Amino acid sequence: MSAGTFTPAPGAAPVARQVLAQTAMEARLLLRNGEQLLLAVVIPLIVLVGAVRGSAALDLGSKHTSVDVLTPGVLALAVMSTAFTSLAIATGFERRYGVLKRLGTAPLARGALLGGKIGALLLVEVLQFLVIGAAGLALGWSPDVQPVALLLAVLLGTAAFAGLGMLLAGTLRAEATLAAANLVYLLLLAGGAVVLPAAAYGGLGDVMTWLPSGALGEAMRDAFDGSVAWRELATLAAWAVGGGAAAGRWFRWE
Amino acid sequence: MAVPEPSPAVRIDGLVMRYGDKTAVDGLSLEVAAHTITAVLGPNGAGKTTTLETCEGYRRPQAGSVRVLGLDPVADRRALMPRIGVMLQAGGAWSGVRADEMLTHVARLHAHPLDTGLLMDRLALHECGRTPYRRLSGGQQQRLGLAMALVGRPELVFVDEPTAGLDPQVRRTVWELLEELRTDGVTVVLTTHYLEEAERLADHVHILDKGTLVASGSPLELTRGGTVATIRLVVTQPFPPGAPQSLADALGPTTELIVLDEHSLQVSGPADGSTLAVVSRWCEHHGVLPESLTLGQRNLEDVFLELTARETEVSGS
Repeated sequence: MSAGTFTPAPGAAPVARQVLAQTAMEARLLLRNGEQLLLAVVIPLIVLVGAVRGSAALDLGSKHTSVDVLTPGVLALAVMSTAFTSLAIATGFERRYGVLKRLGTAPLARGALLGGKIGALLLVEVLQFLVIGAAGLALGWSPDVQPVALLLAVLLGTAAFAGLGMLLAGTLRAEATLAAANLVYLLLLAGGAVVLPAAAYGGLGDVMTWLPSGALGEAMRDAFDGSVAWRELATLAAWAVGGGAAAGRWFRWE
Repeated sequence: MAVPEPSPAVRIDGLVMRYGDKTAVDGLSLEVAAHTITAVLGPNGAGKTTTLETCEGYRRPQAGSVRVLGLDPVADRRALMPRIGVMLQAGGAWSGVRADEMLTHVARLHAHPLDTGLLMDRLALHECGRTPYRRLSGGQQQRLGLAMALVGRPELVFVDEPTAGLDPQVRRTVWELLEELRTDGVTVVLTTHYLEEAERLADHVHILDKGTLVASGSPLELTRGGTVATIRLVVTQPFPPGAPQSLADALGPTTELIVLDEHSLQVSGPADGSTLAVVSRWCEHHGVLPESLTLGQRNLEDVFLELTARETEVSGS
């Protein structure tokens, strides 16, 4: 057969290359989207500045300054907004517009798709940490970083929220996902012990640390206070396993 | 020793697909020969898209079997997917993505992709510029969909209504492209609503109705009606009640009358000038104003309409 333009030469790219391509694409799309950017960077910055200013008058009952307590909380909020809300909304609309269906035959392996999504989440989180961290430092934050605890908190927190986000996106319609992901975000922002420490919730504080939001908030605050919150990290790991398993079981691709 | 027949690119055997209590595909069996353009025709709801999606591994057969390039689309998904190209009827891209970005992304997922610039040229996609996908015209989205199906250099492409909504000039470009694919050794399976598209392009046509295969053959085989001629009458107002039955009576038993819809009917059989005269007299008698009255050989559209005409009330009601 003559070698024409379209002479077949099929084959999938190596998985590593697919993951890289998918990571780059998803991160680019996330950062290009105005609402996502608002959620990822602008709202956390407003919360940080507003809370630090507002709490000057309050006593958080801590030996730390308010910026030392609040900055790790806002970083936890940033992880939650990206790994849960942004991921759920983006994936919900990918399902709606047939992107997942299309890429499935493209041929993007499901593992590579997930790898790409995780890569994009981590990339965006690094950017969030740089921006929010810089703002915190400018406000007088003096962290005492425990690197292993920080890494575990970010990874396990991302995994826990991403599993729940995928569960939401894979079972509801896109509009319902949009509404639910934003609502859950607002509820946890207000009362999930993310930004404010669990201790600030009085008797409810203990319950809060069993939520993924509270566990991530506490783990992050400890990590920037030179210690490791093992119980909270274990809680996040349990949510990650449970959420991931549920998403794997019930996620519908279209 | 006999030369083995080249194995078919697609083999469907007794496929059954149901949604709830609605049967979309009802014991369908068909084959697609390699290196051909095969058209799958049928009215809306005939089961075309469901059948295609089963071949593409999106749906698991509820009964029967589907083999594509000798593989099971569900069990052998990983092996099969790189070898096929799929053009969906709609969607398949992020709403904020640009055409060139999307095509480049799909190219990166393949081992030996085509040059994306070449595909952009051939399908006039450069005109999309930096416009996000959601703001592209329907025709631009269609062409991008076709480009995404081809960029991985597949052996077999499934194209679902490739020219729906394209202007005539672009439609011709797409036809030429599909013919070039066949020349280069790619098997093309397409669904279409445009019968002239199937007639012009396809080596083989499968006509589906209500989930089963009602006819199969080359366009020539399907339209060959021997000495049978066809009279087609289209009228401006709906037929008066009972009128078609009176025409059938006037024409006699050697002809067959099919009411295609409330504005058109078709007479086939040993029709000649006198048959035409009967029809025109009948029109006059019933005060029916013909919009067109034609006598001619059958084309694929006639065959299609005959085979898929819904149970019509020729016997009066």
